[in-house]
Amino acid sequence: MATTLRAAPPAPARRRRGRSPYPGWFYLPAAVIYGVLFLVPTVASFYFALTRWTIFSSEFIGFDNFVQFFREPALTKGFVNTFIYAALTSGAKVVLGLALGMLLTSQILGRGYLRAVVFFPVLVSTVGVGITFQVLMNPSKGAINAALGFIGIDGPGWLVDPSIALLSVALVDVWKGVGLATLIYMAGIVSIPKEYYEAARVDGAGSWTLFRNVIFPLSWPATSTVVTLSLIGGLRSFDLIWSMTRGGPGFTSDVIASVIYKQYQAGFYGLSTAGNVILFIAVIAIVLPLTRLLARKEVEL
Amino acid sequence: MALRPTRSWTLKGLAVLALAPLALTACSAGSLGSSDAGNSAGGTTITWLTGTDEAAQATAKAVVAAFEDANPDITVKLDARPAGADGDNLVKTRLQTGTMPDVFDYNSGSLFQQIAPANNLAPLTGDASVGAVQEAFTPQVSVGKDVYGVPYGTAFGGGVMYNRAVFDKLGLQVPKTWADFMAASATIKAAGIAPVIQTYQDTWTSQLFVLGDFHNVAAADPQWAENYTANKAKYAGDPNAVKGFQHLQDVHDAGYENADFASIKLEDGMRQLADGTGAMYPILSANVSTLQSIAPDKLGDIGFFALPGDDAATNGLTAWYPNAVYVPKTTTGAKLDAAKKLLGFIASPAGCDALTSASAPTGPYLVDGCELPADVPQVTKDVQAYFDADAQSPALEFLSPVKGPNLEQITVEIGSGIRPAADGAALYDQDVEKQAQQLGLEGW
Repeated sequence: MATTLRAAPPAPARRRRGRSPYPGWFYLPAAVIYGVLFLVPTVASFYFALTRWTIFSSEFIGFDNFVQFFREPALTKGFVNTFIYAALTSGAKVVLGLALGMLLTSQILGRGYLRAVVFFPVLVSTVGVGITFQVLMNPSKGAINAALGFIGIDGPGWLVDPSIALLSVALVDVWKGVGLATLIYMAGIVSIPKEYYEAARVDGAGSWTLFRNVIFPLSWPATSTVVTLSLIGGLRSFDLIWSMTRGGPGFTSDVIASVIYKQYQAGFYGLSTAGNVILFIAVIAIVLPLTRLLARKEVEL
Repeated sequence: MALRPTRSWTLKGLAVLALAPLALTACSAGSLGSSDAGNSAGGTTITWLTGTDEAAQATAKAVVAAFEDANPDITVKLDARPAGADGDNLVKTRLQTGTMPDVFDYNSGSLFQQIAPANNLAPLTGDASVGAVQEAFTPQVSVGKDVYGVPYGTAFGGGVMYNRAVFDKLGLQVPKTWADFMAASATIKAAGIAPVIQTYQDTWTSQLFVLGDFHNVAAADPQWAENYTANKAKYAGDPNAVKGFQHLQDVHDAGYENADFASIKLEDGMRQLADGTGAMYPILSANVSTLQSIAPDKLGDIGFFALPGDDAATNGLTAWYPNAVYVPKTTTGAKLDAAKKLLGFIASPAGCDALTSASAPTGPYLVDGCELPADVPQVTKDVQAYFDADAQSPALEFLSPVKGPNLEQITVEIGSGIRPAADGAALYDQDVEKQAQQLGLEGW
């Protein structure tokens, strides 16, 4: 009923349907793949989060898994670490990406080569990067501390010192991800019409004013894309942390995803499913309002 | 009107969605079955599922070669599975779906209890194949009165590997009490050698102070494991059980660990032990094979002792038992007879000799009539001595299915000074609760 009422100007809708040269079952292959690989598991996971299941059987236990998950001592730490990690990496990617984006759109020597160099880490497998940096960051045998020792600095135990392990991983994440942020910013900056620059110059704007009033506000869509992408990436980050520290030493660099993985590894399938549902809700609760906010700012321009 | 095509599309779509997974399942079920074309050429062919890694395959091949020589009418084919949690899932899935090969090897003790032996395995009680199995091992492969497997490999101990050259030079004796251990550590440290080696890049190695101390817990309170399974005993607050955690903290507080404990692995630890820059390494005696590949010339220098408790009189070894070989219920007829023959061969002196030829034993075989060769490493001899003197008892994981997954992270924290021992013990008590609930144990 509601549908019929709302379709008060029916002409466009009917015309669209009438005109479509493709029959409905063309959607079928895509629907099957999407359904089997995405919809069914997602819906099933909401149910299995409420059970204690093994490969042989499942037992419905209501919200016990969620209660248990929130009593998980590593979880509080994991939540805090996840937010620190997501905020740090997305913040650093915005600042560095914008700076590099401006540098690489200006007239500098070897621009094409530098662009390739900045983007290159994005292409490398995350686990490969993690393992490489684990070797480089070894406190006694790693190349980083050897180089620091050469100039007289006693380097820290990057991944084994509980107070900086998470920051070291975040640093590597930024190194790996900044290329993509730079690329997005370059596209944003290049697409700013030349007229704005000319008008600003006529008004006597220096380079700071140009950045403050033209480049930064007009590349806002790029900023919001970078923030959204890297925040989601940071919140669900797992592969890099797992390959570098496995959440250690102890629980000091655990994030939500690694806590969930450990529950799965231990055979607590229901508990880890509940953890995934919590992560799903947490990511939506953070990212949805944020994208709204960023989009509104865009419109205000 | 306008909605009708959409709805029928939706229904069709849903029907397909509902059926697709069934179709996928149907495709895969049959092809995994154990081979039915077994009785070719008059003999019987059976398949044995074992580990996929090189060592496991080489060991199984040596056993199969010797077995086929003795039983020319039986052919044994090898199949491979991954180790660790992946392997656990694979074994459970195959048993549940009736696609397990005719013979397979798997853990004994609490992991064995988790594969529902009474439902899935063929009982061997009273069969000739289990006749030579020693009584120390039988409980690890039994449910109620029924026996389901034979030992495959050697037992080993959790304790301390030590550098005998360093001990001789400093005039030290093997410590029989924890006080002696700390006193020896002080002497070693004064000589400029790291007393205790820890290797926290392989996090599991941090658990030895707790898991290897269980003989002392059981000596002080024989009912502890039973009470623990029934949710009546806890690590935190129990004056005996908490000691393993406390000892780890004591070692860290006294500065007895090697300087790079946080960033090295098992192999590095063995290297430090072999070259004498570290003196004592709490580890499983089975890891002597690592030592063997890293420093074969130093094998004679390295010995083994059990983690000491408070009382020298009850000093003894916390023992781990070997895996076992089982036959699933789905194996029947001529194949079942052949499988039982294979099991009987494995649990016989000839089988032990075949195992010895494939890899050096790391402890006693738990099969009547099996002797260790004279040239085994010193570590193995020291472990054997505890078994000969009957100064050994099983590790907790053979007495209780309750084991939390986070112990290694907790012990890394205690050994690194991030968390105090009492706090860590309490955290571990919380951790095991999930395991007990997942297993559906009484009283949790």
